[in-house]
Amino acid sequence: MKIFSNIGKTICNLILLLVFFFPFYWMLSTAFKTLGETMTFPPALFPANPQWENFLHVIEVIPFGHYLINSCITTIAVVVLQMFTTIPAAYAFSQYDFKGKPLLFGLTLITMMIPAQLVFMPLFILFSQFNMINTYASLILPFAGSAFGIFLLRQRFNQVPKELLEAARLDKASELKIIWKIFLPLSRPVLVTLALLTFIGKWNDYFWPLVLTTNDTVRTLPMGIVTMTNAESGTPYHLLMAGNVLISIPIIVIYLFAHKHIIKAFTYMGDK
Amino acid sequence: MSEIVLKDVTKTYDKRNTVIQNLDLRIEDGSFTVLVGPSGCGKSTILRMIAGLEPLTAGEMLIDGKVVNEVKPGDRDIAMVFQNYALYPTMTVKGNIEFGLINNKIPKKEREHRITEICETVGLAEYLDRKPAQLSGGQRQRVALARAMVKNPKVFLMDEPLSNLDAKLRGQMRSELIDLHRKLSATFVYVTHDQTEAMSMATNVVLLDRGVIQQADTPFEVYQKPANVFTAQFIGSPTMNLFCRKDVAPYLTAQLPEKVHKIGFRPSRALPVADGEQPQNSLTVSGKVLTRELMGSEIIYRLLSPFGIITFKTFNEEELAPDSSVTLSIDRHSMHLFDSDGQRVEE
Repeated sequence: MKIFSNIGKTICNLILLLVFFFPFYWMLSTAFKTLGETMTFPPALFPANPQWENFLHVIEVIPFGHYLINSCITTIAVVVLQMFTTIPAAYAFSQYDFKGKPLLFGLTLITMMIPAQLVFMPLFILFSQFNMINTYASLILPFAGSAFGIFLLRQRFNQVPKELLEAARLDKASELKIIWKIFLPLSRPVLVTLALLTFIGKWNDYFWPLVLTTNDTVRTLPMGIVTMTNAESGTPYHLLMAGNVLISIPIIVIYLFAHKHIIKAFTYMGDK
Repeated sequence: MSEIVLKDVTKTYDKRNTVIQNLDLRIEDGSFTVLVGPSGCGKSTILRMIAGLEPLTAGEMLIDGKVVNEVKPGDRDIAMVFQNYALYPTMTVKGNIEFGLINNKIPKKEREHRITEICETVGLAEYLDRKPAQLSGGQRQRVALARAMVKNPKVFLMDEPLSNLDAKLRGQMRSELIDLHRKLSATFVYVTHDQTEAMSMATNVVLLDRGVIQQADTPFEVYQKPANVFTAQFIGSPTMNLFCRKDVAPYLTAQLPEKVHKIGFRPSRALPVADGEQPQNSLTVSGKVLTRELMGSEIIYRLLSPFGIITFKTFNEEELAPDSSVTLSIDRHSMHLFDSDGQRVEE
């Protein structure tokens, strides 16, 4: 019986692997094909002649450097700002008792349930009234806070033993120092995960730059790559995929460095 | 001077649950005061109020004659050792000890000097770079102590600091704490539910039940002259035998004051009587030995008497076999007398 259950498990794992891995593989494989190869039927699993110059081509066809800089600025700004806002908010929700705390926390959580498609119009109008369309601020400010981040960090902060906080207060530590020296070091896996999720979300974001920009000034890589579809010769799938591979590289590199923390954050939250 | 005074202190949680009501307590300067009592008696709450970790609902708290109700924990010149040590897990031993000093803006040179000195005292010198997770229970306990000592506080607060240690280490740490108190001559306030700990370490014992002080005195007095039935039964191991006067009257040859309602006596004061002997001015009763526990230097017996089970103990004497018959006698002067309210009857 055990053998059957093991075989079942392996098959399930293989199917899952295929579901998640195949699109990624398809992007990688297409990125090395020629335009002709992307059109053949049945589709070829492997490129006959890997086209390394596709990548070079992407960088030449669009102002890749410009988009890259915009992507870096907006993504890093959002990650940093979110840390600045979520950490104190999560600490307050976790450690202080104040009037209306349950209501405020509830409201914070509710914002997670409102789809972006509902708020983009009011936001667009707001930013355009402030003449902020096509500025970095319009891409950064809507993401300066994160309900999910507050929730995740608060959960971690709640697990920090009360005595540690009390010991620190008896040691005359200021609240900022308590956060910095005791709570944050204990929450490192959660912080890394949060930063990474924010990074990925913002780095890959296509919707908001599409809504809040009307020209190329602050547009980011995902939008930049799509501008190639405007070429008269039809959609150059091989170049789009090469562009996507380039966009994915930073995320993969960061994940490789941080995956231990991420697994820790989601599997084992206790610290002795 | 570091006398702690609680004046008419009340502590209520959630506006309903009153843990401590109108408590008055004076903890003398330089004393080793142990707050002892069963779980939920409010002893930890009192300690936490002294530390400033719990605000007072009503009343005043004075340290050194100054009202400290609004003074932050870090500004009270106190140090606290927690039950589970509360060491900062991400800092090294040195970091843990140094944290309070840095926050108090002690210069680096002075810090180094104090840390070296303290760590030699408590035997931590070689563990300075380790993290708490890499230490044994006893070592963590020492770090917690060192962290408190290094601040040179006027008052040490300890919340059951030995309860996580094994019996042998606990005994050893107990002696070390007594030594430490002598050396530092600071005020120690120590919370425990273990009466042995209280009796062995304290210069003053404050016995609490349901937020009310039952007796506050030296351990000797608390043991010799328990103020009420609760104290009599809480302090002493095995616990004091306690019977209603009317139940034991037929076996009593002593004259007792009118208002005596209950009679108590320590297990060590119930002495086996030799055959033919007829003690006077005492309580004398015969019964059958139910159980026998050999504790080393002493043997504890349970005896089934006509008015209930009596616990008694003998020292280095011949063993009594279970089921054998024994006559016990309790001298009039070994009896503790209580009135119908459970208060001690003074003679």
